[in-house]
Amino acid sequence: MNQHPTRSSAVRQPTYADVNRDVIRTLWAPSPTYFGWMSVVGLILTAGILAWTWQIYIGMGAAGKRTPQNWAMYITSFVFWIGIGHAGTLISAILYLFRARWRTSIFRGAEAMTVFAVMTAGLFPLIHAGRMWFAYWLLPYPNQRYLWPNFRSPLVWDVFAISTYLTISVVFFFVGLMPDIAAVRDASTGWKKRIYGAFALGWEGTDRQWRHYRRAYGLLASLATPLVLSVHSVVSWDFAMALVPGWHSTLFAPFFVNGAIFSGFAMVLILIIPMRRLFNLYPYITDRHLDAMGKLTLVTSLILTYFYVCEAFTAWYSGEHFERASLFWKATQNYAWAFWLQYFCNSLAPLVLFSRRARTHTPTLYVVSILVLIGMWFERFNIIVPGLGHDFYPYTWGIYYPTVTDTLIVIGSFAWFFILFLGFIKVMPSVSIVEVKETLPHPVKAGHH
Amino acid sequence: MAASRILGIFAHVDTTVKAIRDLRAEGVRDFTVYSPVPVEEIEAAVEEGRPVSPVRLFTLIGGLTGTLTGFALTIWSSLKWGLVTGGKPVVSIPPFVIIAFELTILLGGLSSLLAILVLGKLPSIRRSTTYDPRFTVDRFGIAVTCPAERAEAVRRCLREAGAEEVRQ
Repeated sequence: MNQHPTRSSAVRQPTYADVNRDVIRTLWAPSPTYFGWMSVVGLILTAGILAWTWQIYIGMGAAGKRTPQNWAMYITSFVFWIGIGHAGTLISAILYLFRARWRTSIFRGAEAMTVFAVMTAGLFPLIHAGRMWFAYWLLPYPNQRYLWPNFRSPLVWDVFAISTYLTISVVFFFVGLMPDIAAVRDASTGWKKRIYGAFALGWEGTDRQWRHYRRAYGLLASLATPLVLSVHSVVSWDFAMALVPGWHSTLFAPFFVNGAIFSGFAMVLILIIPMRRLFNLYPYITDRHLDAMGKLTLVTSLILTYFYVCEAFTAWYSGEHFERASLFWKATQNYAWAFWLQYFCNSLAPLVLFSRRARTHTPTLYVVSILVLIGMWFERFNIIVPGLGHDFYPYTWGIYYPTVTDTLIVIGSFAWFFILFLGFIKVMPSVSIVEVKETLPHPVKAGHH
Repeated sequence: MAASRILGIFAHVDTTVKAIRDLRAEGVRDFTVYSPVPVEEIEAAVEEGRPVSPVRLFTLIGGLTGTLTGFALTIWSSLKWGLVTGGKPVVSIPPFVIIAFELTILLGGLSSLLAILVLGKLPSIRRSTTYDPRFTVDRFGIAVTCPAERAEAVRRCLREAGAEEVRQ
């Protein structure tokens, strides 16, 4: 095929047809390794579902919930999973608007991660509500006495923010997928062709379709950008609007948004490194991508460290007795191990990424990413559990102990997330065919350039 | 037979652009260009003289509807039962901005999706007769609808611009 003359050196640049072949090849019959992973994840998920069933049968006591620790691991995991989603939107929308071309080969995976992470997060309010068959009470409609929800309540804001986020993420994800599904449709036969054909909605790539599509895609990206910043701000106000020491802070919104993006980058790395290996996507997801992701992880880690310092400084400098007591208790008493683990994982471990070698060395990146996920989960744990466990009045102090039931449900949520992602990479193109092609030089007739 | 439909298939961007320009010079207006990726050169050649895509209008109307709905829902429902909570005014605008903001994004986004579907004439059950599966891989196509007597001129025009294949 025709190569652009300036890019003929080094690695051979893939052609348009190569991209189609290489990406659609990932949808072929899965290997035994894939089924192995699927079974492991499926088993864990089953354990989680059984635990949830048990909790419904027994009641919330099975999950170790008692005053003042009524939020515990469920809300920790809810905030954690919502946060994971944020990096996906950042990569797909914000980097799109900044025309960061390196995003093209990883944004599809990151977007899928967003959708699945929000779907996982959305389970926790249901699990945590106990009687999840009354979940529709969250919807804004009047009760039988014509009393409407209190729109001054952060929990109602949460319902609006999370459901908007899920809807817009799914729309953005689907719109991005549409031309790619059409490519898969044209490469397949029989019943597969019919199914992909239905999902492609009859996309043909005419000038008319592309013209409106491109405009709409840009507008969706511009809508998703303020949305992603608002969602975790709203989640943070679930805490910051309350008077609990350590929560009642104007710092919370940027602190949460940054932490969310930080943990999301770690999850993107955890997903794309094995995906690149499994599908042999080395020509598309190169060390340059890992390097860029590593840098972003490092930057968000440094910002987070700054917030940690601010948080501690504010607690001390305010001279407020309860703020100081809360911080001191977190750092030295029952949950001190979680407190220091959070600092180690989020502030110290990512410093390794200052080295260029570490940013392209996959085992190092992997270990750092896992540590970041652990650290970010415990950051939310440290806000919620010790925060609620030690507020103004010794009478309301209390320690939370995890139970088998809620631990299994939290572990099961990871299985739920991974089973969705594993399923996705085998049925949909996990690298964007269209956008990768756009970054390649256009085919032009040889001899004219 | 009054109209005939002719399809030219191209392997390159520059030949496709040349064909579009030549067709326009011939006075042909009714044609559809297929491409595997959006290409700016092709877009520039096709768009000449066409109005800007009205997608933004959809988004704007959707977004504003969301803003209005958000404020209307919160203010109206608070006034329905003037219950004072937390010593705050019954109509407290700052928290209502959050609801209005989220609904702006929600309806703005959904109406952009609607715009892609309505303006792009999707979903469509059948492929058009001039569609070729190679158009999602690496081939570009120009489908021309013209009166039968001009068909020969159009065919020549496509071939001379460098079409790999020209068919009825």
